[in-house]
Amino acid sequence: MSEMKKIKNLKEFSTSADRFEGANLLCPGCAHSIIVREVLNATNDDLVLSASTGCLEVCTAVYPYTSWDASWIHIGFENGSTAVAGAESMYKALKTKGRLKQPERNPKFVSFAGDGASYDIGFQWISGCMERGHNIMHVVLDNEVYANTGGQRSSSTPIGGSNTTTPAGTHSYGEKQNKKDMVSIMASHHIPYSAQVAPNKWKDMVKKIQKGFEMDGPVFINAVSPCTTEWKFDPKDTMHLTDLSTDSLVFPLYEIIHGRELNITYRPKNVIPVEEYLAAQGRFKHLFKDEYKYLIKEWQDRVDDNWSYLQRREEAKV
Amino acid sequence: MAFDKMELRDIEVWDGNFAAAQAMRQCQIDVVAAYPITPSTPIVEGYAKFQADNYVEGEYVMVESEHAAMSACIGAAAAGGRVATATSSQGFALMVETLYQSSGMRLPIVLNVVNRALAAPLNVNGDHSDMYLGRDSGWIQLDAYCPQDAYDLNFIAFKVSEDHGVRLPCMVHQDGFMTSHTAQGVKTLTDDEGYGFVGDFKPMNDMLDFEHPVTHGVQTEEDWHFEHKARQHNDLMTKVFPKIQAAFDDFEKLSGRKYNIVESYDMDDADVAVICMGTSVETAREVATEMREKGIKAGVVGLRVIRPFPFMQIQEALKDVKAIATLDRSNPNGAPGMLFNEMAGCMYNLETRPMLCGKVYGLGGRDLTKAHLVELYTELQANVDAGKITTPLQQFIGVRGPKLSFL
Repeated sequence: MSEMKKIKNLKEFSTSADRFEGANLLCPGCAHSIIVREVLNATNDDLVLSASTGCLEVCTAVYPYTSWDASWIHIGFENGSTAVAGAESMYKALKTKGRLKQPERNPKFVSFAGDGASYDIGFQWISGCMERGHNIMHVVLDNEVYANTGGQRSSSTPIGGSNTTTPAGTHSYGEKQNKKDMVSIMASHHIPYSAQVAPNKWKDMVKKIQKGFEMDGPVFINAVSPCTTEWKFDPKDTMHLTDLSTDSLVFPLYEIIHGRELNITYRPKNVIPVEEYLAAQGRFKHLFKDEYKYLIKEWQDRVDDNWSYLQRREEAKV
Repeated sequence: MAFDKMELRDIEVWDGNFAAAQAMRQCQIDVVAAYPITPSTPIVEGYAKFQADNYVEGEYVMVESEHAAMSACIGAAAAGGRVATATSSQGFALMVETLYQSSGMRLPIVLNVVNRALAAPLNVNGDHSDMYLGRDSGWIQLDAYCPQDAYDLNFIAFKVSEDHGVRLPCMVHQDGFMTSHTAQGVKTLTDDEGYGFVGDFKPMNDMLDFEHPVTHGVQTEEDWHFEHKARQHNDLMTKVFPKIQAAFDDFEKLSGRKYNIVESYDMDDADVAVICMGTSVETAREVATEMREKGIKAGVVGLRVIRPFPFMQIQEALKDVKAIATLDRSNPNGAPGMLFNEMAGCMYNLETRPMLCGKVYGLGGRDLTKAHLVELYTELQANVDAGKITTPLQQFIGVRGPKLSFL
């Protein structure tokens, strides 16, 4: 039987023994470490973890140090999901053959990767893992940019953001493409569970992670991870930015069961205008010039449209 | 559910692919992650059928690319168990990133490489382009000349790769189609003999030992990277040959079949010699025998181990000959050729310093005929008689058009 943590309050949660050490090199205010800790703290079971090349990886396993008090592997940029799938295959093989050293344990296999490593370069590997039905969870630390290499656009980068490869300039408002809808794509693999989460809504996140761990088969989690460096906000405001992202419905929180049933898991009491979310970040500063204000209106329309779609889909129960 | 053993005849008629698949079955691999590609596909198909018929136990993961195949092999090997796969050509090229990662992470994995040309132009036939592409990847590379070798060397590969003093991945090469699809008599081991030779897998730093969590695949920069790479090179240079030799010795005791790090034929009193790999070794050996009937003291040196490169063993094998030709089955693309270069490095400091010339042959599966080799030995003897190299240093063999030569 798997062992899920019972969480009463945030204080207890934050002080419970965890397997991701505070000793790491992530930026002050980075949401990655908060998300990782919330995922790992959702279970008392043993963990086999991977990180694809990216901020999390380069900041937590610099020889001769490690921030991980759990089995952990990094291979490359694109193949963290498959690394964990390989380990999970070995677990199944050794279980069949009766060669597990601790056969009574019930390990969880989790792969962490950024949006670049998931939406772009690792897309095929993740799709393969989902299709083959490995008992793994892939968690995207979605900061909508190649942050580790200095802020280049990924296919998760939203329209209008100024990034180093799609900079705003005298004749450009920055990124021209809409963000890829990765949760839908993964849900279309008809995996048991896919969900979007945010670290500010930690109870919602832990509930979803635990639900994912209970599922038999692949799980996809997209976690919004505000990036103080590339989104350009004060490191102390990480949670504020996360609140703005969920309460403006730019990052709606929902889950999709078996690629079909969609449940919205968080409905903000006071929905914040998207403009407030954009205004809080340096990467969108140029959108507030007169000539680009129409993009803010389009942003709001897009978010409204998506929220309406999610609600209709939830109500339709199809 | 226990798996079934297979009764084999003492001699089976197998092609190189099926011989490799049978050896993999007998080694009782825990995880095979693979992707099909010509001409290695029958290895993974053969293995799949073994699993479908309950002749193997464990996981067989059909992934979506060769890169993913090796990625899954790395994850599985780090988890702690016996791991293998097979590939060729473009698939091998796609895997290259992960080849460096697996060897740098010191993970034992066996990769059967059925050698094939690299595009463009696209070509499915055998040459050594993919094998050459892997030569700096930090893997051990063993070379089979025939289906029997392809079978036997798989056992050697697991034994050496998984040794705790080695912990490096190992390739077993065989020539596409010429070995992989040519059925020959293959002397077999029983299932118990085969498995007994490689033995139970002994895990080390395994991710599935939850009492001892380990971090695999760390970051190192200028402070530690060089030391890690230097240690890997040190182990390849100093630890691998003794383990391979010990495995060859044990295998000879078990099977009666003797393998050597460098395979020398008629080299004791040879004046002229060719050095080559793969199926060409057997052809050259046959021609050398015929040349001796004509009064030319011809010999052949075959590379059995390509990496680590057997520098000292080659010096020993070739120090007394007068003229050597290297046979490179890969396009040098603006250089003399890998084997020529390695041999030049080997021979330069020898007092005897034999004459050395390089031949490029057989690209994209073009045949190397006995007539080619007769001409080659005759030319080497002419060099010996003249006391100097009378031909260009680099010549292409068997290519259409005017004779192509350089240097």
